[in-house]
Amino acid sequence: MPTVYVNNQPVEFGAEERLNCVQAAQRAGVEIPHYCWHRALSVVASCRMCLVEVGQKKPDGAIAMQPKLIPGCQTPVTDGMVIVSDSDKVKAAQKATLEYLLLDHPLDCPTCDQAGECYLQDYSFRYGRGYSRLQEPKEQPPDKTYIGDQITLFTDRCILCSRCVRFTREISGTAELQIINRGNHAEIDIFPDEPCNNKLAGNVVDLCPVGALCSKDFLYKQRVWWLKTANSVCPNCSTGCSIFVDECEDRVYRLRPRYNPRAQGDFMCDEGRFGWKYVHGDERLHLPVQRDGGAAVSHDWDVVLPAARTALAEAAKRGEIAAVLSPWMTLEEAYLLVSYLKSLTSKLSLAVAPVRTVGEDDKYPKDVHGRTMEPTKFTIRAEKCPNRRGVEMILQHFAGSVMPMGDVLGRASSGAFTAMYLVGGDPQGWINEVQAAALDKVNTVIVQDILPSPASQRAKVVLAGGSFAEREGTFVNHAGLAQSIHRAIRSPGEGRPDGRILWDLAERRGLFSAAAVRREMADQVPALKPLLDAELGELGIKL
Amino acid sequence: MPRFEPVLLKRIDKPNSAALAGYRADGGYTALKKALAMAPDDVTNLVKDSGLRGRGGAGFSAGAKWSFLPKNHPGPIYLCVNADESEPGTFNNRILMEQDPHQLLEGIAIACHAIRSNAAYIYLRYEYGRSYRVLDAAIKECYAAGLLGENILGTGFKLDVRLHRGAGAYICGEETGLIESLEGKRAWPRIKPPYPAIEGLFRKPTIVNNVETLCCVTHILTRGVEWFKSMGVPPDPNNKRDQGSYGPKLYCISGHVNKPCCVELPLGVMARELIDVHGGGVWKGRKAKAVVPGGISMGFLSANELDTKLDFEGPGKVGCLGLGTAAVVVIDDQTSMVDVLYNCCRFMSHESCGQCTPCREGTAWMTKILERIRTGRGKLEDIDLLYEVANSMGIIPGTTICGLADGAAWPVKNAVTKFRGEFEEYIRSGRSSITPAQQLMAAH
Repeated sequence: MPTVYVNNQPVEFGAEERLNCVQAAQRAGVEIPHYCWHRALSVVASCRMCLVEVGQKKPDGAIAMQPKLIPGCQTPVTDGMVIVSDSDKVKAAQKATLEYLLLDHPLDCPTCDQAGECYLQDYSFRYGRGYSRLQEPKEQPPDKTYIGDQITLFTDRCILCSRCVRFTREISGTAELQIINRGNHAEIDIFPDEPCNNKLAGNVVDLCPVGALCSKDFLYKQRVWWLKTANSVCPNCSTGCSIFVDECEDRVYRLRPRYNPRAQGDFMCDEGRFGWKYVHGDERLHLPVQRDGGAAVSHDWDVVLPAARTALAEAAKRGEIAAVLSPWMTLEEAYLLVSYLKSLTSKLSLAVAPVRTVGEDDKYPKDVHGRTMEPTKFTIRAEKCPNRRGVEMILQHFAGSVMPMGDVLGRASSGAFTAMYLVGGDPQGWINEVQAAALDKVNTVIVQDILPSPASQRAKVVLAGGSFAEREGTFVNHAGLAQSIHRAIRSPGEGRPDGRILWDLAERRGLFSAAAVRREMADQVPALKPLLDAELGELGIKL
Repeated sequence: MPRFEPVLLKRIDKPNSAALAGYRADGGYTALKKALAMAPDDVTNLVKDSGLRGRGGAGFSAGAKWSFLPKNHPGPIYLCVNADESEPGTFNNRILMEQDPHQLLEGIAIACHAIRSNAAYIYLRYEYGRSYRVLDAAIKECYAAGLLGENILGTGFKLDVRLHRGAGAYICGEETGLIESLEGKRAWPRIKPPYPAIEGLFRKPTIVNNVETLCCVTHILTRGVEWFKSMGVPPDPNNKRDQGSYGPKLYCISGHVNKPCCVELPLGVMARELIDVHGGGVWKGRKAKAVVPGGISMGFLSANELDTKLDFEGPGKVGCLGLGTAAVVVIDDQTSMVDVLYNCCRFMSHESCGQCTPCREGTAWMTKILERIRTGRGKLEDIDLLYEVANSMGIIPGTTICGLADGAAWPVKNAVTKFRGEFEEYIRSGRSSITPAQQLMAAH
């Protein structure tokens, strides 16, 4: 295998692989500091932070080093290449570059949103000098709050890596951002009255290695070192972007994309990024409810759950029951619910709640006329739910087909069912008054949801479930990629994650464990066999 | 020494020297005819054999550059003529374009034939209005006379020349900055490789040549390699990398001389001869303190280095960056080097494109340090700091994408080493080069 030597450490790479020095060093566990380089963007090699010494190992073992420092990001590795990132010469260049970058930097770390996750801080700490030799006044260009509806620019913190500019040109294609002026007066800006409001705009905040571009939504809300992070999957469309959920004390502060080459790549859309506010909405269902003749008689899980269990069992004895599953459920929840209801009766109708679709798949980059350009680098899907494919797999296994909710409600209105179990989850609503009227003909209606709906208003039992940030389980995206979501926060009030509700409803012993259910489910459902022994890991598994 | 017979400037004093009729009467466009009768590669080899080195500043072999083009490329291949003459002190291209545009156009046509290009772009410095008008008229004359366009001189060779006016940025004279600008983008120099010969204008193979280089090509065709090599300095046998400096060169003499001028001489003339003989000596009876050998980015010769031969290798031997554009700027002994250096740094920080960190920040920082010294608030440590900043931003070969950082750093390095005493004296004296009113402004 071709081999490259990073600080005397051999690193092998595939003959077909195209790596630059930064990536090769990463493999060796060596950090070559860099600002402008980003794997999803074109190479500009302008920040000069990644300067390294390179050379070539001759067949006789002698090493011929090139006399000048080379940007590691711009230099592809070849067999026998020698990369040195810790020599005095390299260290001096790193120190000099950092000193330059900090010359006009305001050093306002105490009030900067990026503090704690800032590459200026980190690299200064590791490679910089401890003090500034600048005696003259710093440049202080004014901040630009008009950059975008969601984005603000602290102009003086910018190091002009141009990642954001390249993102809007190469990924969104919308090209709102640009660099104006020359030399050390260069600044990021927009054309007047053409703010950066494209649907992927929030990514420039993540791309910004310093605290220049900030999210107005997150600004001054929390110090990042107080945030804990859970790996999750964005539920807002069937692309299923891998994300980080950043929380503190049961409060979500922001979502960030998590790199996943099997899912979306490096980015996420603003619909997903900012579309979690309902998680902390005042209207959230935060108590379980048992009603008798319209009046609530209990809000105690220990009363409500047994009551639901008894009502279901009795209804199953009297006649047919139906369940409406939600494309917002995890595989495990869908499996738990259906296998439980199956255990009660064979006279079971299974349907799936409407899959909300909005427009068509929205592909990026776009040209100036808004037309999609090839190759597609990001897609916001029309299907606005995380797990239609997964839930349909479960339904197909147990019912042989996937029935739309309308069919089940139609039969319900003619009194076909003694009980119905409906699961919601779509924060934009999934049932209207007219549809819900059919439930009046059903004796026992159990609704498991996170927000009130015309169905929950009619239900005998309402089970307050959890949003995506509160649950464990597996989502299957549009392409059949199974990825796990992890619990980041506790549900508001007495709300419980749906897996736990269903586990307890089924009177399974012990505590709900998504992994245990996943194993059982993979064993039972042939289509999910790949999940049997494998760990889903951070990237997920293609089904 | 017999008086040198000018080659490139031969026609400039003739009345109506820019007109096609006069140029043809003096034997113009016979070189093109000769070239078109030759195979393109033979023309390239001829230029290569002549040892012609680029006159734009770097002194790279023109023929070698042409031969880097990919073989059997389906085209298009472009020629870009670098007429963005903006190195301070340089005005030789301007004279060539204003006084004898057909000499350039003939050179362009010969070069395009050699590199199999059917399209040439002249990237003209915005400030050169007269050059623009003269070249524009000359190009129109050529089209009308069948010297440009389809089927040139009945040989089937086709060539279009387009004249493009820049918008006033020094960086557009850097070859890839020029290409970016020509494509309608910000003139941010490209990372190399790929070099323009492989991927240049509109992502096609491109040759970028300076105006004076192309003018030389015309005469190499007419008079041959031996004639061209009879002028200049042969390679130093002890230096394997020296390719020799052949041919005539336009030297621009400006600054504190009695007679600023542009003079054509064989490469290798001494700085002292240029000043004393051609420039009429230092003005006001003073002495030269420092001399810029070839545009400010090349650094400074001190008074005792004036016997340096101004060929491609000479200035390098005394610590300068190179010959550059051979624009000699004379600084007299009454001028403060602190002020001179401040002027250089201010120019470079104004013209830095802002792409690479060291150049963007370093040029501005050095300017600020010198600004402070000039208000009387300098410290002796500032001298070493200036040197360190200059050294870290311009380590030849550079740590930045293009050579601007090296060119910005070199005058600083030269000034603070060759004139250190003067800097120390200036700082110790606590004097200021600026008026109290200006000082007040600078303080706020």
